[in-house]
Amino acid sequence: MMRRLYNFAGGVRLKEHKRESTSSPVGRTQLPQKIILPLHQHIGVPAKPIVNAGERVLKGQVVAEAGNNISAPIHASTSGTVLAIEDHPIAHPSGLPARCIIIKTDGKDEAAGGYGAPCDTSALTQEQLNAAIKQAGIVGLGGAGFPTYLKLANEAKKITTLILNGVECEPYITCDQMLMRGHSADIVRGLVIMQRALGIKRAIIAIENNKPKELELMQEAIYEAGTPDMELVQVPTVYPAGGEKQLIQTLTGKEVPSQGLPMDIGIVCHNVGTTYAIYRAIAFNEPLISRYITIAGSVAKAQVLDVLIGTPVSHLIEQCGGNRKTLSRVIMGGPMMGFALHDDEAPVVKTTNCILVNSVISDVPLPSRSNFSLPCIRCGACADACPVGLLPQQLYWYARARDFDKVQDYNLFDCIECGCCDYVCPSQIPLVQYYRYAKTAIWQQENEKTLSDISRQRHEFHKFRQEREKQERELRHKQKRQAVDGASTQDNKKAAIQAAMERVRRKREHSDVTPKNIDNLTEQQQKLIEEADARRKKKLEELKPEKITINTSGRESE
Amino acid sequence: MLTSMLIFAAAALVFGALLGFAAIKFHVEGDPVVDKIDAILPQTQCGQCGYPGCKPYARAIASGEADINQCPPGGEQGVMALADLLGREPGPLIAEPSTGNSDEPMVALIDEETCIGCTKCIQVCPVDAIVGAARHKHTVIEAYCTGCKLCLPPVCPVENCIVMDMVRPTATLWKWPEPLQIPELMRGAGS
Repeated sequence: MMRRLYNFAGGVRLKEHKRESTSSPVGRTQLPQKIILPLHQHIGVPAKPIVNAGERVLKGQVVAEAGNNISAPIHASTSGTVLAIEDHPIAHPSGLPARCIIIKTDGKDEAAGGYGAPCDTSALTQEQLNAAIKQAGIVGLGGAGFPTYLKLANEAKKITTLILNGVECEPYITCDQMLMRGHSADIVRGLVIMQRALGIKRAIIAIENNKPKELELMQEAIYEAGTPDMELVQVPTVYPAGGEKQLIQTLTGKEVPSQGLPMDIGIVCHNVGTTYAIYRAIAFNEPLISRYITIAGSVAKAQVLDVLIGTPVSHLIEQCGGNRKTLSRVIMGGPMMGFALHDDEAPVVKTTNCILVNSVISDVPLPSRSNFSLPCIRCGACADACPVGLLPQQLYWYARARDFDKVQDYNLFDCIECGCCDYVCPSQIPLVQYYRYAKTAIWQQENEKTLSDISRQRHEFHKFRQEREKQERELRHKQKRQAVDGASTQDNKKAAIQAAMERVRRKREHSDVTPKNIDNLTEQQQKLIEEADARRKKKLEELKPEKITINTSGRESE
Repeated sequence: MLTSMLIFAAAALVFGALLGFAAIKFHVEGDPVVDKIDAILPQTQCGQCGYPGCKPYARAIASGEADINQCPPGGEQGVMALADLLGREPGPLIAEPSTGNSDEPMVALIDEETCIGCTKCIQVCPVDAIVGAARHKHTVIEAYCTGCKLCLPPVCPVENCIVMDMVRPTATLWKWPEPLQIPELMRGAGS
């Protein structure tokens, strides 16, 4: 069955550089000394650690649970001891450290109970499947890292089409290709699980036409699984055909609305890596603790490795024969959309698909630009290349002028940062960096706005509180003054005096002190005591007649 | 003659009633311009403009009493935004008297070892971001501190007890650096 394909505007044709890493089979990594698990590996809020330093953890054990509904749990990739939960360099363009769980591996690779146990998938209901996928910590492995279970919830029955993205259009990156080569049957089984979780039948598998071998393997897997409602489609090789929105446009001719989600037009798109992870999680109770990663560039042996999540990048570079001393740049992601790492001790995370190594001896020609750009000549090549249909030149001028309102009017937030405009620019202007700068600056401004709103509220409450306290103080003073002024009449004055005397008397009466040292007294002492008692008695009798008047007047004054 | 007079008189009455009704029905509490100015001001409530807080300064700007360039925490951007809103000429920002560089966000930090629990800083904090009680150590709620520096000595009687600290940047709120622009790069390349 042939499907009519549509085109998206723009895009560029790039040299693929995929043969280097696909010519050898997928390797396994040696166990690193340390596993570093950042708490924030996905879109949403960071996970909350549930282990403490010094605790022993097992492979597959949950070490951090989901922070809220848009989050994902994190599992220990191997057995070992938690060294610390502290700030550690992570793979982020800022180079700023973030909170990580650091595990010292013990080499035993001991698994938690139930890990790897085969499970009958057909018995599970839709809810059970979704819960299991959520618990396995699976996020979109294509690069965005959106928690997968959220993209598999279909209560409103809005989603009608499931697209499996096996396009992998960026140069150098080959992890999905190698996964399809080795595990095509498992991917199809994973897809069946996803169809059941969504409660839909229609599924399209898209593969770029530069991977005929994988296409054939997938075809066989579908035939063997006997699932006729899966449609395999070959899409033309053009960058960025694998972008979610571009792929949807190629396959269906529909465009995802501006700042919207594919869900809005009844489509959901998943990566083949995610599908494989779902299959392992459901059928073998294996949470997401490893993934395929391409190591390419200036290394002796470019290849795809099955890497434990949390492995330091330096460990992978050394294993592939890269010289850490001559490195000039390590890029996480591909040459078009990746970013340079500040520290190669940063760990790989769930969304890492490629490590691109660049040495000072530039033996591998990466599309890296020279250090300075020339003025924009308004040629318009960027607008022709933009796959989203934006006006990169306008965005550039406004971002450069820091006119953040105007730049949003030109739909900056629909930019997917694919780098096509950057690539075709004859003046070598780092356009995407301008857009990234503008986006992050706008986010920062929005955050500042929220903070200033909070400050305004708190300042207003502060002023209100001060005013209230002032009024309360005045009220208290007034009451006191009234109390004093009210006592000016003779009766009240007398009553007040009597009340005070009453208080003294009562205090005296009630303070029944038992005398000490009254044994073996001399006569003289006995006499003194008796005299004192008599004096006290006389005094009490003098006070007594007043007692009655005091009591009544005392009450009256109250 | 008479008819036209009557018609105009009737029309005047009708429109007068309409205007009177509209004035009551669509009455706006407070000055909307003041609120718009206040929305631009950074709400540090620091008083560096010479007014006790951002709202009084906004009122002063609206009445034409104050200039728009008296808010150092708002920076050049703030002056530009105010100039845009009010159609005034953006003047150069008045220099901040205390420190030269205030671009980085700051928060107050109380050294709990030297704090004597005098509550003076609690009383001056415009956003109630300091907690503590008399003869108990105080501390700053960093999330609410605007960095206004009002609690610094001489308000705090102890030297070096309250200091300003840089807000540590986090990966989530980090801003991509702006690419270097052509003239600077040309200079850098020596051509």
